Amino acid sequence: MIELLAPFEYNYMVKAMWVSGLVGGTCAFLSAYLMLKGWSLMGDALAHAIVPGVAGAYIIGIPFAAGAFFAGLLAALGMWFVRQQTKLREDAVIGIVFTSFFALGLLMVSIYPTAVNVQSIVLGNILGISDEDAMQVVIIAAVSLAILTLKRKDLMVTFFDEAHARTIGLNPTALKILFFTLLSACTVAALQTVGACLVIAMVVTPGATAYLLTDRFEKLLALSVGIGAATSIIGAYISFFLDGATGGVIVTLQTLIFLAAFLLAPKHGMLAQRRLRVKAEVSAP
Amino acid sequence: MNAHDGSHKSITQENLQKSASDEVNNSPSIAVRDVTVTYPNGHTALKDATFNLHAGTICALVGINGSGKSTLFKAIMGFVKPIKGDVQISGLTVDSALKQNLVAYVPQSEDVDWNFPVLVEDVVMMGRYGHMGFLRRASQEDRNKVAVALDRVGMTDYRQRQIGELSGGQKKRVFLARALAQESPIILLDEPFTGVDVKTEATIIELLRDLRSAGHLMLVATHNLGSVPDFCDQVVLVNRTVLAAGATADVFTQSNLERAFGGVLRHFKLEGRALHNDDDSRSVTVLTDDERALVFYGEVKVDVQDADEAETKDH
Repeated sequence: MIELLAPFEYNYMVKAMWVSGLVGGTCAFLSAYLMLKGWSLMGDALAHAIVPGVAGAYIIGIPFAAGAFFAGLLAALGMWFVRQQTKLREDAVIGIVFTSFFALGLLMVSIYPTAVNVQSIVLGNILGISDEDAMQVVIIAAVSLAILTLKRKDLMVTFFDEAHARTIGLNPTALKILFFTLLSACTVAALQTVGACLVIAMVVTPGATAYLLTDRFEKLLALSVGIGAATSIIGAYISFFLDGATGGVIVTLQTLIFLAAFLLAPKHGMLAQRRLRVKAEVSAP
Repeated sequence: MNAHDGSHKSITQENLQKSASDEVNNSPSIAVRDVTVTYPNGHTALKDATFNLHAGTICALVGINGSGKSTLFKAIMGFVKPIKGDVQISGLTVDSALKQNLVAYVPQSEDVDWNFPVLVEDVVMMGRYGHMGFLRRASQEDRNKVAVALDRVGMTDYRQRQIGELSGGQKKRVFLARALAQESPIILLDEPFTGVDVKTEATIIELLRDLRSAGHLMLVATHNLGSVPDFCDQVVLVNRTVLAAGATADVFTQSNLERAFGGVLRHFKLEGRALHNDDDSRSVTVLTDDERALVFYGEVKVDVQDADEAETKDH
């Protein structure tokens, strides 16, 4: 019993749990929208695209987060712009933009060796996060979550039916720019804590899992955020006993929940679908 | 807000006081003036398009694919900005008309993501968003209007279905209900009859007629030429520009349609003696672009020799 409560006795563990919970919840919120548009891999792209921003920030001596955010935003808007102007599909657009940014980043790091370790960007370090960094992450995540919550219905209409969004007086372009700005900001925030690998999972898996569980968008959002936050908190907690690898534990938990939904979801799960098919065969002459 | 006054409007409004829920307050109109749209790739989709529409109208927008029909819709919705000319909606610019909820849009089925996690009633509720506050929270009034709209299109029983689980006709009716719930005086419909069963087609036409008598203005892009004279009082014919616009009887003629469709339509001509054995020299011309054919009877001078030849061949 006492052993189970042990993580709560360490300040850094408590901090790790609630910071990753907040980050996980915010990323999950974004994942619900990305998944619907076939943009899930944008998180992947952004996580890699910020490398030149970090390297550039180091070279000209500004905060890494600012450089990362700028590069992420540039990449997101770049993808959106190329998508608008050409007939290329999302996956090709995402691939082109993110590999160019990542290559540029690696090039910059190799020409101007920096103190930034690309490894630490990719893996992150939630357990070693400083109070200052934690505060920054919390502010970004909380502000993003607040804006997303207020604007969730407008964003939903924009993603569902842009023409209708216009007829009710919304500005779809402005809303999309807002969305991608928040996505970039959250990617940067999440990177510092959980690393690129985990960000990719966090902006894909919770939304995809929730999609299997409901046909209503409001419920989908709630489920997605719930899954994202809960797996992050519990994952950080469990990682205490497994000695490190916080990110890995969180993603593993999310994958397990996804698998459960994939098999057991009431309507869209594999077993339910099979039951439906059997029923249809029985009732067919 | 009321940019125009004038006798026309006050008369229409008086008549409308009697009709129930569809009552249109702001006399709707669409004025397209000299509109030229050129896309970033240099393609000019529409050149010098001009036409005017007023309250209490169902207008068909007819033309081949690539004739600029959807570009015209996009210009009216403000998605593309004309490089020349302008579009005015009820005397306002497109942007301010949209801000005031004056236009509703019923999309083409291909343009909708049917896997989107929304139920039928959620889609119809989106029609009310323009009437709600910043947080888009539905009031009791909003819920009532959604219920009424669903009832009018006969979809009440399906309100809890995910939209992808519906048939083609049901899908159309959901988006029509959304336009009803939106209560906009102007409704744009993009191919409302494609993939729709006969019953739904009749329902849609009846509904549009009701809305017309309540003073709405509807612009319907359609391939279904045969049904146009049934319910449209105005027609706009497009082929990279507006070829003709006006009352159906004046505009929807064989010669105009041949101009608009130049060789693209299926064209059957059944003439005089090939058809019957009497002195009636009229001919039947069938023009079709979609399911329902358009039939002209007797507007073409019969080429007797051709008919004779046809007859000889038959024997």
